[in-house]
Amino acid sequence: MTELTLAKAVNSGLRRALADDDRVVLLGEDIGQLGGVFRVTDGLQREFGTDRVMDMPLAESGIIGMAIGLAYRGFRPVCEIQFDGFIYPAFDQIVAQVAKLHYRTRGAVRMPITIRVPFGGGIGAVEHHSESPEAYFAHTAGLRVVTCSTPQDAHTMIRQAIACDDPVLFFEPKRRYWTKGEVDEDADFPFDRARVVLEGTDVTIVAYGPLVATAIDAAIAASDDGISIEVIDLRSLSPLDLDTVEASVRKTGRLVITHEAAQFGGLGAEIAASITDRCFLHLEAAPARVTGFDTPYPSARAEEHFLPDLDRILDAVDRVLGRQNALTGWSAS
Amino acid sequence: MRTTVSETRIEAELPSPPDELVQLLDPEGRRLTDPLYDPYVADVTDDDLMALYEDLVVVRRIDVEATALQRQGQLGLWPPLLGQEAAQVGSARALRADDFVFSSYRENAVAYCRGVELPQLVEVWRGTAQAGWNPYAVNMATPQIVIGAQTLHAVGYAVGCRHDGVDTATVTYFGDGATTQGDVNEAMVFAASFGAPVVFFCQYNQGAISEPVGLQAQRPIAERAPGFGIPSIRVDGNDVLAVLAATRRALERAHRGDGPTFIEAVTYRMGPHTTSDDPSRYVDPEQKAAWAAKDPIARVEAHLRERGVLTEARAASVAAKADEVAAAFRAGCLALPNPAPLSVFDHVYAEPHAGVARQRSQQAAYLRSIGEEGGE
Repeated sequence: MTELTLAKAVNSGLRRALADDDRVVLLGEDIGQLGGVFRVTDGLQREFGTDRVMDMPLAESGIIGMAIGLAYRGFRPVCEIQFDGFIYPAFDQIVAQVAKLHYRTRGAVRMPITIRVPFGGGIGAVEHHSESPEAYFAHTAGLRVVTCSTPQDAHTMIRQAIACDDPVLFFEPKRRYWTKGEVDEDADFPFDRARVVLEGTDVTIVAYGPLVATAIDAAIAASDDGISIEVIDLRSLSPLDLDTVEASVRKTGRLVITHEAAQFGGLGAEIAASITDRCFLHLEAAPARVTGFDTPYPSARAEEHFLPDLDRILDAVDRVLGRQNALTGWSAS
Repeated sequence: MRTTVSETRIEAELPSPPDELVQLLDPEGRRLTDPLYDPYVADVTDDDLMALYEDLVVVRRIDVEATALQRQGQLGLWPPLLGQEAAQVGSARALRADDFVFSSYRENAVAYCRGVELPQLVEVWRGTAQAGWNPYAVNMATPQIVIGAQTLHAVGYAVGCRHDGVDTATVTYFGDGATTQGDVNEAMVFAASFGAPVVFFCQYNQGAISEPVGLQAQRPIAERAPGFGIPSIRVDGNDVLAVLAATRRALERAHRGDGPTFIEAVTYRMGPHTTSDDPSRYVDPEQKAAWAAKDPIARVEAHLRERGVLTEARAASVAAKADEVAAAFRAGCLALPNPAPLSVFDHVYAEPHAGVARQRSQQAAYLRSIGEEGGE
């Protein structure tokens, strides 16, 4: 066990993947000499050479398109998109090509491409640097979409993503890059299973990526009021581990889903609909969503008003419990 | 409405580009000499040229048959290559077996030359599959429909070949319209930056559906490549021998490790963009007639007749073979089975995916419940 930041945990996972399989190659802007703008690839080019860790010309579509050709040739490319809001120039190559090539060729061509994306807000950044575009990709058949919330998951899941024969969008919660945690390089767990982070009996909170820590904070705060919250870290957004969420909701009867991405057509909507479908008669209240708003991501000094925080999550907890809001005394009923 | 400014402004300021088309067979079938390109076809015998002639005749016959199949409701759509036979056959026949092709949807003659089985050529167009063949079986990716997207795949494949230490070349086909796409420009930057062994083969066929080439390019497209650091060749795309020579030269550079080359094969799409198109709305009849006089098959035929190689008997035998291929092509097309109902769930992922598995089993149960076949 080693204590690592989440960024270093991704780094050590990439290093292991590069060392274990010489078909693994890294592609991205500034990932070589600079080590990436978040230093996630720090030292890897020095260790594995410019053929394995390639600084790419500044074109996201080009990076993904080239990775497709490398995958055709039997490589396992790992692409870094520098920031969430810069993935859109590559949207066609990801959605129309990476996602569909295995299907198109009836399994003849595999696309074991990992696309790493630092995502989410909370770092006081300028426009295009705080977005949560995961739903676009979770909506696309042929892609797997995963997120990590801890250094351990970051390390293990990046290696799982690279080893997976399917394309994987790997969303890294950039505001948690500096979170420290113990990492066991030999740890393993199913790639597409959610993790019950905290067990509880009254309310289920489903979160992923950067908001898992916020959900845990909310659960701890709620416990002061005698409310027992079960926190689930989804890890995988496609496929969704609905079995784990369903089992929890059958126990608690109440569901709160939180993500930074906009609400409309988001993961929260899909989870709420699916869980309602699966265990309608076990629900004591309509599922509640605590999300970013259906607005563009705001400027940095306004982001605290956009991002779901502990109080907004607790407000939703109160609502699904039919309680008065602990802060305002307001009640929906 | 003329939307380009070339004739009014740029052409007034700059001289027209010199006609530097590489040509070895003129439209009348006369063999021209070219000290640079002659050596690349010095080994081409009369029999080899007869084989190329046969390819041209056969692929045109397949193309005509496919259009007929579409008109008869057997294909949903077909993108004819009429007029572009020499550009496709000449370049495809220059390839080594291990060279890899990333093409657009119109390169059916290239696919034929790569050895794609006849019915596989139409699977996409009949709607029985999204791809007709296994790319690794013929070293050719299945047709790309998103314009220009495949050029980047070619660069990646080529860089992969270099990583693997093999001298395989990668060839990517696209049209003049595609050269406006960002992907094609990115592919040229990437290819130049990494010295990728890629041949960019642009069929300058004068149109992007209805839009004249002048809307995409004010200057010969081959002029762009040197700006990316890629040497380029302009070749008469209706001259199968010149295309063979130009492609061999480009491939030689790739095999030798000298990096990418851009070929602009100047040709003309004699047919519609696809069978859904109505070229009568935009084609200039005079321009089309002028290009008909430069037919890619007629000049080879004239040349071979002049040399006494192509006799009436041999011409009849080639025509008979083309008819045989067309008949087999039609029979193969009509015999293609429709996909099984639950096959829509196959190969979405290489590894198990709970969401798709759940929907598949729900659909299977539904099909069983209504007594449909294929419900398992």
